[in-house]
Amino acid sequence: MSTEILTLFKIIVSAAFVDNIILARYIGLCPYIGMSSSVANSIGMGMAVTFVMVLASIVTWVLWNFIFVPLGLEYLRIMVFILVIATLVQLVEILLKKNVPNLYRAMGIYLPLITTNCAILAVTFLGVDYGYTLLQVVVYSISVALGFTVALVLLAGIRERLRLARVPQFWQGYPIVFVATCLLAIAFLGFKGLVK
Amino acid sequence: MNILIPTVLVGALGLAFGLMLSFLAKKFAVPVNPLVQEVERVLPGANCGACGFPGCSGLAEKIASGEAPVNACPVGGPKVWAELSRLLGQEGSSWEVKRAAVLCQGGKGVAQVVAEYSGVASCKAANLLPGSFKGCRFGCLGLGDCVRVCPFSAIHIDLESGLPVVDWEKCTGCGKCVAECPRKILALVPRKEQVTVACVSPDSAREVRKACARGCIKCQVCVRTCPEGAITFENGKIVISREKCTLCGLCIEKCPTHCIIRVGKTAALLEVRG
Repeated sequence: MSTEILTLFKIIVSAAFVDNIILARYIGLCPYIGMSSSVANSIGMGMAVTFVMVLASIVTWVLWNFIFVPLGLEYLRIMVFILVIATLVQLVEILLKKNVPNLYRAMGIYLPLITTNCAILAVTFLGVDYGYTLLQVVVYSISVALGFTVALVLLAGIRERLRLARVPQFWQGYPIVFVATCLLAIAFLGFKGLVK
Repeated sequence: MNILIPTVLVGALGLAFGLMLSFLAKKFAVPVNPLVQEVERVLPGANCGACGFPGCSGLAEKIASGEAPVNACPVGGPKVWAELSRLLGQEGSSWEVKRAAVLCQGGKGVAQVVAEYSGVASCKAANLLPGSFKGCRFGCLGLGDCVRVCPFSAIHIDLESGLPVVDWEKCTGCGKCVAECPRKILALVPRKEQVTVACVSPDSAREVRKACARGCIKCQVCVRTCPEGAITFENGKIVISREKCTLCGLCIEKCPTHCIIRVGKTAALLEVRG
């Protein structure tokens, strides 16, 4: 039992910090740059990504382990996983439109873009590749989403400060955001070696 | 046979997901008032927030439900208002169109500069500091918060004077700059020819003279000059009545510090007298 908890803890730390989906794996940069203009929006985006990520990895894990592996249809993986993710994004869109219209409006184009967000596809792939149990997959996807949200909120905070900073003209806009992202990634390198 | 299993499987999955989504979309459908869409189509669609509602769709909802007046959108102007009142069956109302005006002439070489400011390039930040890098505590800081907030690029900083200039052709009277200016130098005025005092300082003559060559020193020469009695001195401020003013311009000539200006009717810029 205690080793199981230790494994889960290891999954959390490595997924959220050591192998941070954005700052260590460089996956999902589109919403990362696009939705980090304000802290409030970035938290909303983080929550939407968390929701889709967790649901998608549960559904794909079940489909994978109970249908596709027994039938030997592993080659259908990309197609079916994308189908699952697209359906879930539509689901989130319907629910948000009904219940949180303000967040729905703030997210705009980025909500449908979660459909093709490589971070979510990557998590569903990695979840089955690592041979996790269902519980581990749930914990893993929550941790990855947590790492995504942390990175997003960190950058949003930096960008809110950057708005008042004197940035050289040729670096204004996205260039300085990418520089800030690089520095964040270097900071996250400090977590390497934390989990063996 | 082998080809059938994956085909059927993926087909079944797609069918199941599709049915689920269409069912949920029906169940959680948000009823939309068709009038809201009509109103939103008429609104400018700049989503500037000048009306105080979250974007044009937010205002459209309020106008359609009657919670906001048809002229709540300052950007659209009379054309949009007329269209909206036709949509809502409230024809025959009239409205005043407004524009932003800069009420300070304390630019370079006119207002005294007492310190060099090298902090965050924002009027709001500079205004937080105790004192002021300009001699006048009420004058324009010229760091361009109004320029940045203007959704219509109607304001620019004049390089010669270092003061903001409002282009009335582009200005829509949304009032965002008025709300943004930490020193309340910008004001919304009716879009017509008028005479106004371009100084907001309530300081005494001695203080104003020390800080700026174009400040109002409350000498009240204009009050005595005006043949119509349109200018009064109330609560330490010169007030020009727009109803009584005949635009004769005598006060502009007599003002010893040239702080009374004529705001143009067709001219896009504030006319500054030499």
